[in-house]
Amino acid sequence: MFNFKHEWIEKNVGLMLIATMVAISIGGLVEIAPLFFIKETVEKVDGVRPYTPLESRGRDIYVREGCYLCHSQMIRPFRDEALRYGHYSLSAESRYDHPFQWGSKRTGPDLARVGMKYSNDWHVQHLIDPKSMVPPSVMPRYPWLLTTALDYSDVAERLKALRQVGVPYSLTQGEYDRNVKDFGADVARTLHIPDAQKNLIAQAQAGNFDGDRSNVSEMDALVAYLQVLGTMVDFSKYDNDEFVKFR
Amino acid sequence: MSQQKPQTVQTTGHVWDEDLQEYNNPLPSWWLMGFYATVVMSLIYWMIYPAWPVGKHFTTGFGTVTYVNDKGVEKSPHWSTRAQLMKDMNEAEKLQKPYFDKVAATSFEQISKDPELTSFVNSAGKAIFSDNCAPCHQSGGQGKVGYFPNLADDDWLYGGSHDKIQETIAKGRNGYMPAFKEVLSSEQLDNLAHYVASLSGEKADAARVRAGDALFHGDAAACYYCHDNSGKGRQVIGSANLTDKIWLWADVPAQDSAEDKVAAIRQVIANGLNRGVMPAWETRLKPEQIKLLTAYVHALGGGAK
Repeated sequence: MFNFKHEWIEKNVGLMLIATMVAISIGGLVEIAPLFFIKETVEKVDGVRPYTPLESRGRDIYVREGCYLCHSQMIRPFRDEALRYGHYSLSAESRYDHPFQWGSKRTGPDLARVGMKYSNDWHVQHLIDPKSMVPPSVMPRYPWLLTTALDYSDVAERLKALRQVGVPYSLTQGEYDRNVKDFGADVARTLHIPDAQKNLIAQAQAGNFDGDRSNVSEMDALVAYLQVLGTMVDFSKYDNDEFVKFR
Repeated sequence: MSQQKPQTVQTTGHVWDEDLQEYNNPLPSWWLMGFYATVVMSLIYWMIYPAWPVGKHFTTGFGTVTYVNDKGVEKSPHWSTRAQLMKDMNEAEKLQKPYFDKVAATSFEQISKDPELTSFVNSAGKAIFSDNCAPCHQSGGQGKVGYFPNLADDDWLYGGSHDKIQETIAKGRNGYMPAFKEVLSSEQLDNLAHYVASLSGEKADAARVRAGDALFHGDAAACYYCHDNSGKGRQVIGSANLTDKIWLWADVPAQDSAEDKVAAIRQVIANGLNRGVMPAWETRLKPEQIKLLTAYVHALGGGAK
């Protein structure tokens, strides 16, 4: 008969290491793994779409500059946050975020609903010199964003990478047709990878985010991204009673 | 220190390195009871709150939260932070509702005459203004030359009456002026800049002012079309009053010499403006909040009839 002795583990570092990892990972698995299978935690809302090529590059810059170190993108369901930032964030709203930008470490304000709250002009000036717009701010200056041209040569490859992890950017006609069905033709066009560069330039020209149409700067991309944050879901169409069921 | 009682303690029975042994002291009973209590607590917790995933759903628990939704219907779903938020908001709304109702039902004129309402407008308005308006218009509404207009003076691009302020907040604004370097020569731009400087009493070259005057009121530049024959602007379209000493885009007062003042004006005429965007707040703020904010902004100092 198998005779287990605790001494085996205590006297064998390798075995102890494995046993410790197994014990710890049980906690992780129990807490995390079910979330991949529970369908009823992601709210069913219309309007959430993957980022356009320009917004996606803006998001890359957001991550590159480490904005997430001070800014979260998750409004929690608390009264003070609801009053200051707006409606609490839904899981559905970050379903295409890889990686997500949740968090509770806030040196600066939460940005989950900063989209369309301020003008492009404000964002540009604020990024160049935050103190000029908000005197008590401790945010660093990012003046190079305006003077650095956006490198969009690899934007198609970046979207392909996101497609690999499940973001519905389209490569084939079939995928494009599916996006037309899911998001409408206007959005589907912006998600088509073969047209990524063309779409990126077109959006930068039309949006004129940095106030200069002659080129596409990193500022264009970042402001385009900031201006779409939290604007995809029209909350006037939904009852909060519905969202309550998902937690 | 109390005297240690002599006691016999068992060892775990392991022996390392010939003589290294380990005592086997049992946990104190109070500690062990505490541990069992936490296990019992977790069972109670699982029963009250959402806890375990089951297939595609999860156990919601027996706990409930009672709140009143937007339509005034009372609901009692299983406990969640989201339902708890609705309840918290109910409590806050209940306290503020009498005041907001009164603000909504009272004319702007009457609000300013009612000390209690005025005090509510000032405190609640300051909070809403700080969260939403201050990043651009600054904490006192003093604005920022070159970027965002001053709300505390009596110069208004789109009108300073209660109705106009309310419209501006709710619907937003879009400032625009064409770039005149596309249609005018450098000489003509100079002349116009001198004329515009003269409108507000700045030093300007008399001959250039005459030439600029003709351009301003003529069809080549057609400035009068937006800024009016008088140069005082049209609030219907938000064109600036050029005859006063208040400047938003060209920072004229900050320039030392007359040439620099004219140059600042010329720069705006040449490049035009595709700025001056005020976001629309009706999607973000409730109508009663916008009304309250209107009263607050109007009272910052420059409100007009």
